[in-house]
Amino acid sequence: MNVLAYLIPISLILGGLGLVFFIYTVRSNQYDDPEGDARRILTDDWDEHPKP
Amino acid sequence: MRPAPSACPACAAAPAAEALAARDLPDARIALSLPTIHCAACISKIESALDAHPQVRSARVNLTLKRASIDAAPGVTADEMRALVERLGYEAHELDAGTLNATATDKAGRDLLMRLAVAGFAAMNVMLLSISVWSGADAATRDLFHWISAAITLPAIAFSGMPFFRNAWAALRQGRLNMDVPITLAIVLAVITSLWETSLSGEHAYFDAAIALTFFLLAGRYLDHRTRAIARSAAEELTALEVPRATRLHDGEEKVVSVSELAAGDLVLVRPGGRMPVDGEIVGGTSEIDRSLLTGETRPVFAGEGQAVSAGEVNLTGPLTIRATAVGAETSLHRMADLVAIAESGRSRYTSLADRAAKLYAPGVHILAGLSFLGWYLYTWDLRTALNIAAAVLIITCPCALGLAVPAVTTAASGRLFRRGMLIKHETALERLAQVDTVVFDKTGTLTAGTPRLEAPGTVPPEAMAVARALAEGSSHPLARAIAEAAREAGVAAAKVSDVTEVPGYGTKGRYEGREVRLGRASWTGAKPRTQTASFLDMGGGGPVAFPFTDALRPGAQEAVAALVADGKRVILMSGDTEPAVATLADRLGIKEWTAEALPADKAARVEELGGEGGHVLMVGDGLNDTAALAAAHVSISPASALDAARVASDIVLLGNDLSPIGAACVTARSATRRIRENFRIATVYNIVAVPLAVAGLATPLIAALAMSASSITVSLNALRLR
Repeated sequence: MNVLAYLIPISLILGGLGLVFFIYTVRSNQYDDPEGDARRILTDDWDEHPKP
Repeated sequence: MRPAPSACPACAAAPAAEALAARDLPDARIALSLPTIHCAACISKIESALDAHPQVRSARVNLTLKRASIDAAPGVTADEMRALVERLGYEAHELDAGTLNATATDKAGRDLLMRLAVAGFAAMNVMLLSISVWSGADAATRDLFHWISAAITLPAIAFSGMPFFRNAWAALRQGRLNMDVPITLAIVLAVITSLWETSLSGEHAYFDAAIALTFFLLAGRYLDHRTRAIARSAAEELTALEVPRATRLHDGEEKVVSVSELAAGDLVLVRPGGRMPVDGEIVGGTSEIDRSLLTGETRPVFAGEGQAVSAGEVNLTGPLTIRATAVGAETSLHRMADLVAIAESGRSRYTSLADRAAKLYAPGVHILAGLSFLGWYLYTWDLRTALNIAAAVLIITCPCALGLAVPAVTTAASGRLFRRGMLIKHETALERLAQVDTVVFDKTGTLTAGTPRLEAPGTVPPEAMAVARALAEGSSHPLARAIAEAAREAGVAAAKVSDVTEVPGYGTKGRYEGREVRLGRASWTGAKPRTQTASFLDMGGGGPVAFPFTDALRPGAQEAVAALVADGKRVILMSGDTEPAVATLADRLGIKEWTAEALPADKAARVEELGGEGGHVLMVGDGLNDTAALAAAHVSISPASALDAARVASDIVLLGNDLSPIGAACVTARSATRRIRENFRIATVYNIVAVPLAVAGLATPLIAALAMSASSITVSLNALRLR
């Protein structure tokens, strides 16, 4: 059962990474426009359009 | 800003000066409502067009909210941006950025989501560990797993359970019990006994149950919050569509300012079609004003110098200059809104189904847990066993499914009604709508569209009709427009009338076959005034010809009334308009009970009286004269075209022009309430099965987890069956 000493921390770290990533998406307003974002990936225009 | 090293000093100074000048003026933040956008192409077309504008810094389209937010250089006006988008072929309306706070995502919702995510993460990990304990891990392994579970659960609950702890504390401090008190007690007791058990290498630890409970309950809270946030943001948008601006005259110069900047004594110019921003007195110009939103009267009233006007009235024909006598909170419009606040306080009498369930449930759970603790303590004289069993009882009876029972159903029902064009603003509005047995309608602007229609155009002689059309087309007055439209429908061509001029406040005149012809008010055309709304045509001989009007019905009014009557409800029509107008409409719609010339206070009193007789009144109205009645009714609906004050006072807002969803909404509300009750029953059945086991001391963490998850999932699925 010594393998538990590695497996439990690993599973916790992976789960924690998911949690941190989710919190990052909430904080950076990625759920403000779910419908628009789903369709934006279909457009051909470049996202970056530096203003002259 | 540090100037770049440069050969010519002016080159360095100019950008710096520009930057300084730009800093003085605030940036223009503009929001537009774009109701017709629907695809990826719309987004990129609008964004690239806006970005191409030299003064726009950035523009972002939000497809979910159907809105564009624009960050532009100072001096860019919303009108400019609106015209730009409209040239692309999209409908666009300006939104008042001050009213619109929703552009920043609401903080409370984000907070709840964060707590939900933490609880979900912890619950998944603890459940994984628990599965090996349930399937037979023992001795040191079990203790290790329990300790790891504790390490995950304790901080997770301390963070995620905050909303419950705070609510429970607030309730306890006021000496009341709510649903959060048993929740908090169950969570805290479960964690404490589990810690104690774990430290003694015991067999049963309820960390998984405690964290799963928090997760499910938070999911219910989040659903509830989202439903209300969507309704709130839609209601905010309706308010933001009415940009409060006024034209102030200062030394003969016109300046457009925000209504909040006006002061008493200011001269304000109101153009035809505009709404009075303030209470005041007319100092220049003649016109007619439409006060239907304030009084329910459909007939336009003459307005001349010296006459008092109130905020909310609409100017119809000529430009008016007004000296403001009361602004902002002192206007009659606002004083009416205060009336609403008073009536609103009566609304809190209604206790929601969830609160009623909590009132029965919370004491029951505490008594049961207390009794089993006492019983087991007296039987075994062992504090540890007794406490363990009390914790098990609390966890199993904990209102996990009860917490989901109401939000799951209201989310499903509100979503369904939203798609049909109804906005549920109040959390208990659906439950109250289900009880309705009496429906009171307002007339003007609610059952009728507020636009007049020519009555019996066939009875008017063709020549008079032709002349009337020619005169009517020279005016934008609603009655004139109705005549022009009726003539167009009847196929009557306009007669040759020259020199058509509009005389604000009276009508239009012109020359026809050498005679002066006039279309307008009775007194101006030499006709006898009537009780009915009418215009008159003076052909310069042969006596004036009358053009009587009726109010056009709002689409779906007939269906809505028919559906309510068929449903066995008592339908009443209550209006501030004159008796013949109300009687005709009641007859047309088949409404048996009606009241005419009702004052705002009369309406509210009558609605209260109906409520006092034991009726549950649904009030449907749009005007300021209805607001008190809307607030006094058991539940209220107003159309989106209503005044802001009326929309605030009502529980449900009809987004479209159509009234017919009202009938269907009552049916949906009833089935939603039925589902809520069913959900309570399901949750109770699970309790009845599991509680005896817990009291008998046979409950294990596995049974607790199974009962809790199964009941929560059943309840959510049952809510989704709603049609």
